[in-house]
Amino acid sequence: MSELTTRRRVTDVDALSHGDRRSPLGRRSPWPVLIGVAATVALLCVSLLVGVADITGDGAEFLWITRVPRTASLMLAGASMAMAGLVMQLMTQNRFVEPTTVGTTEWAGLGLLLAYILVPSAGVALKTVIAVVFAFVGTLVFFAFLRRVTLKSSLIVPIVGIMFGAVVGAVTTFLAIQANLLQVLGAWFMGRFTGIEIGRYELLWIVAVVAIAVAITADRFTVAGLGKDVATNVGLNYERIVLFGVGLVAITTGIVTVVIGMLPFLGLIVPNLVSLVRGDDLRSNLPWVFLAGIWVVTVCDIVGRIVIMPFEVPTSLVLGVVGAAVFLALLLRTRRTDAR
Amino acid sequence: MLADAPSLVPARSATPRAHHRRFRLLTAALVAAALLVTALLLGWDNRFEPFSDRWWRISSMRTSTIAVIALVTFCQAFATVAFQTVTHNRILTPSIMGFESLYVLVQTTVVFVFGATSVVGLEPTARFVVQSAAMVAFAVVLYSWLLSGRLGNLHVMLLVGIVLGAGMGSASSFLQQLLDPSEFDVLRARLFGSIGNANTDFLWIVVPVCAATGAAIWMISRRLDVLALGSDLSTNLGLRHRRQVMLVLTLVSVLMAMSTSLVGPMTFLGFLSATLAYSLTDTHEHRRVLPVAWLVGFVTLATAYLLLRHVFALVDTVSIVVELIGGALFLAVIFRKGRL
Repeated sequence: MSELTTRRRVTDVDALSHGDRRSPLGRRSPWPVLIGVAATVALLCVSLLVGVADITGDGAEFLWITRVPRTASLMLAGASMAMAGLVMQLMTQNRFVEPTTVGTTEWAGLGLLLAYILVPSAGVALKTVIAVVFAFVGTLVFFAFLRRVTLKSSLIVPIVGIMFGAVVGAVTTFLAIQANLLQVLGAWFMGRFTGIEIGRYELLWIVAVVAIAVAITADRFTVAGLGKDVATNVGLNYERIVLFGVGLVAITTGIVTVVIGMLPFLGLIVPNLVSLVRGDDLRSNLPWVFLAGIWVVTVCDIVGRIVIMPFEVPTSLVLGVVGAAVFLALLLRTRRTDAR
Repeated sequence: MLADAPSLVPARSATPRAHHRRFRLLTAALVAAALLVTALLLGWDNRFEPFSDRWWRISSMRTSTIAVIALVTFCQAFATVAFQTVTHNRILTPSIMGFESLYVLVQTTVVFVFGATSVVGLEPTARFVVQSAAMVAFAVVLYSWLLSGRLGNLHVMLLVGIVLGAGMGSASSFLQQLLDPSEFDVLRARLFGSIGNANTDFLWIVVPVCAATGAAIWMISRRLDVLALGSDLSTNLGLRHRRQVMLVLTLVSVLMAMSTSLVGPMTFLGFLSATLAYSLTDTHEHRRVLPVAWLVGFVTLATAYLLLRHVFALVDTVSIVVELIGGALFLAVIFRKGRL
């Protein structure tokens, strides 16, 4: 018995010295992730093939003009919004937090609208920067607000956050009516992939860089997720990592809001479902969060594309219905398992 | 509750007269304010000689707006106060819990399933009654499950309600996208009322229904005082708690259906009326809180309408400004209490 334990320990040390990070749950073969990637590729191929133009025949040129950009943006937006939700959940130690439940998306929208009103001549890049700055500031304001409020239950955070977002959204609508932009506003914020074509989505590649940054710093967020005291004890500058995390989330949310629109509940349901299956280790969950985010968005988009062909239903509406259903299921399940 | 009851009673009864006088003063002031606003709404910028034939011709065009404001605030105030009593809290309101989204979803589903033509084929009055009845039935079933106490926790209920509302909103928009444009036009004309442009076709049904429902709530308001003590105490005192809650929920659903059919969703108006009424009257007695809530709501909404319509000429933004005030109040209440 003791021999066995010793041997096991030796292997662990051995593995660590080789820089191999293992999940505490034991060895994991690379196969599940590879199968996941294969499934994702298959799904993305389906996304390439669904549409009015026949890309195998006359419409072959559309493959590169719209289908490939659309599929790429599905991949980027899905993976990055799911990741943004995960990072926020770790930082706030609250499983019901994500960019649309704390108002980050609404702040980005307000920034975008103000950019349109105040500097209409600005390019997309500048407008995006303004949207990102607003998302950053708004999220920090919300975090500051949370520190003043005693949290009796983890559910208060999303409740207050949604109301906070509703107030910011009302300000945006008010300004939009003043500037006669109400119709445009509806079109912008409805998350849809319909207008994506070459030249209109390239900004989204920035979120890929953010995703890499999160993958590199994943362990820090896991430690920050243990709470301020633990994080400080093990030598982490807690405030700095929170600022950094909010910055990454703001960049992602801002860019996705400008290019695609709002994608409700995505950042909430994906990390929760992944955690349900696999537990809470960010580093090993991260690939699955990316993949599951892509699956959810792509399936919702394909559904939106085929229900009223040749027209389209915006992805955010499909996502809103599916997301709300999953969210409710998660809520009721949580209530049953721990009596919070 | 039981422990501090004895200490409360002598404190109250020590100065019942002062309390009573204060309440009378408050009511008188609110009535005066309401009359003043009404007079201003009728007479503002009406250049003809007061009370002449032509003056009345202009004013009578405005009376329907005043009637709508009075009706909507009546519905929202009574519904919210009654709802908050049976759910034992001051944060939940029927609108925040998604009653209005449910109404929109029922309307949309009817048009989607049966088509606009068959619904138009039905006599409009019958259609209105059938749809309102369907909404009330659904609301009672859904919310009696939600509020049955099986969800236990107030925060779970609140979050479930909010998410349910968002999900039903998405589902309605989704179905609206699937409608063909002519059907959508029919639906749109039916759904999107506003204060300045309300659906007044059925005013002759809405007024008596509201009056009857309001009278019913008024008549059981003594019972509401008892229900506010909680399930155990009110059962002890001889009320069938569950049955009374169902009755109140039904009345609330009727009022919400009427309000939504007139002007569409108003998320924070009920919250605004009830919260201000409780803090102004400083009592739990429904016979005092109910009329004050109505008056407060009327004065707020009518003043907002007067200012935005006639002074700033921003008539489209009335509901949004009221939403802004209500939402900000919601956040302020949570912020000041420091908890939910």
